[in-house]
Amino acid sequence: MRHFSAARLIGILVILLPVVALLSLTVGTVSISWVEALSAVFGNSSSTQIDTILFDIRLPRILLAIFVGAVLASTGAVMQGLFRNPLADPSLIGVSSGASVGASIMIVTAGGAIQGGALVGLSLVSIGAFVGGFTATLLVYRLATSGLGTSVTTMLLAGIAIGALAGALNSLLSYFSDNDMLRQISLWQMGNLSGASWLKVFIMGVVAVLLMSLFPRDSKALNALLLGESEARHLGINVQRVKRRLIVLTALGVGVSVAVAGLVGFVGLIMPHIIRLMIGPDHRWLIPASGLAGAVLLVIADSLARVVVTPAELPTGILTAILGAPFFVVLLLQQRKDF
Amino acid sequence: MTMLAKDISLHLSGFDLLRNISLEVEAGKVTAIVGPNGAGKSSLLKVLTGDMPATKGAVYLNNRLLTQWLPLEKAQMLAVLPQHTLLNFSFTADEVVGLGRIPHQTGIIKDKQIIAEALDWVDASYLQRRFYTQMSGGEKQRVQLARVLAQIWQSSALGDQFLVLDEPTSAFDLSHQKLTLDIVRQLANKGVGVVMVVHDLNLAARCADNLVVIDGGLIVAQGSSEAVLTETLIEDVFGVKAIISEHPITKRPLVIT
Repeated sequence: MRHFSAARLIGILVILLPVVALLSLTVGTVSISWVEALSAVFGNSSSTQIDTILFDIRLPRILLAIFVGAVLASTGAVMQGLFRNPLADPSLIGVSSGASVGASIMIVTAGGAIQGGALVGLSLVSIGAFVGGFTATLLVYRLATSGLGTSVTTMLLAGIAIGALAGALNSLLSYFSDNDMLRQISLWQMGNLSGASWLKVFIMGVVAVLLMSLFPRDSKALNALLLGESEARHLGINVQRVKRRLIVLTALGVGVSVAVAGLVGFVGLIMPHIIRLMIGPDHRWLIPASGLAGAVLLVIADSLARVVVTPAELPTGILTAILGAPFFVVLLLQQRKDF
Repeated sequence: MTMLAKDISLHLSGFDLLRNISLEVEAGKVTAIVGPNGAGKSSLLKVLTGDMPATKGAVYLNNRLLTQWLPLEKAQMLAVLPQHTLLNFSFTADEVVGLGRIPHQTGIIKDKQIIAEALDWVDASYLQRRFYTQMSGGEKQRVQLARVLAQIWQSSALGDQFLVLDEPTSAFDLSHQKLTLDIVRQLANKGVGVVMVVHDLNLAARCADNLVVIDGGLIVAQGSSEAVLTETLIEDVFGVKAIISEHPITKRPLVIT
């Protein structure tokens, strides 16, 4: 039996997300009480210093965490459905490894230009990551597409091949970079939300809203696809079109996420998995619930990242795994007991 | 109306899987396809249902080229039960059967009722809330059968409906084999055209209005089971000596090997 009804879980998450976000506003190097935070959010602030911390630093960061978390977890759910594999994650289509190479190239070649070098307010690293991620996905998709359609098995293999190639390129770039670049590359690969700005929030927000409003129309198709491609076709689904649409949306979502926050691992792989264990594989509920849960997880992880080693910060990606993994293990143990 | 394969051939990586096959599946009739392993039965079903394009020839559904129907229209007239369905996600039986309602816009309440009735028909009501991943092979196959039944539960305004079954009884015990034959017969009486691949010749003889024998990618015989099932044919096609008798009750041919 399932432990949760889908509606109940989504209800809980919808309440939990703003609560967590508000709490997150109060934590950091400077602690601000939630009364102060609330009143500042509603327009009567007590000091300009608090205003600056809240609106220039914490709020954009929290919103970015919400959008990135939602996009990573919902695209994870979509990819697991499309590949009919609960262990698939968005990086399977090459987007993460490609983004990683793009970012490394920028860090190594643009070197000193990075601090000042920005295009329309986005760092060159972000742009490099997005271009790299999107190019790799396109490559994987083209490799797997023939006259007969796109083979997800070939895509899986092509993703591994492109991933290996990207890994090698990354190592090569690391090998030729100096200490400072090396540190930047590895920090970027851990995923970090500290670079949040309102522009990034805006771009990420548009992408998140776009994905969340377009995924529902394909959720029944994804349910049918769990039976197999031929079965889905016999249920009236235009499989090739659905596949193309979902892959493009995922590449866009993950590409932008990686560009603004680096490689935040774990959320896309495990969050949909956890939600599926709780409410079952129906994508009509799985996708929105995963998105909400991913947002909650990333906000919590990022809040902790700001406080555990104050005054310094930890990269967010480390904390998503530290938080999520034990929870996942508990769920697995519980499921084993149920059998 | 009919599902019609006109002179189809299928070549795949240098092999002739099907050669100049013409087959007419009539609505309201049961067509059974038999033949040895590798004869091309599954290939024929794949071409017939549009899973694979024929190298030569064409398939028509209700007098229109199969490829000219929209995917959704096709799904309202044609349901297909494959031999195996690999479903590794823990849907409940209810949810699996509910997938069969995807091509229809009948609303949740009506769909729920259809799902319950379809499960009941295949003797799987008790599985309703159980997880597909935890069922036995026969239970899974019955749930999948209920899914395709739910897909063609109500007649379609677009044309006659057809159900294609690839070895539907392979995982069933005796009572569920009989149940499947009863379901197939009732569907045919309702006007659905049924095509099924079966291995058991006696099962085929019992339910088929049109028995089609395939060997080496060719149709070697078709017609009523009495006309088709002869001792020479069985020896030619299957390489087995058999005696053809008559079933004492159904009066259908009985193959004894």
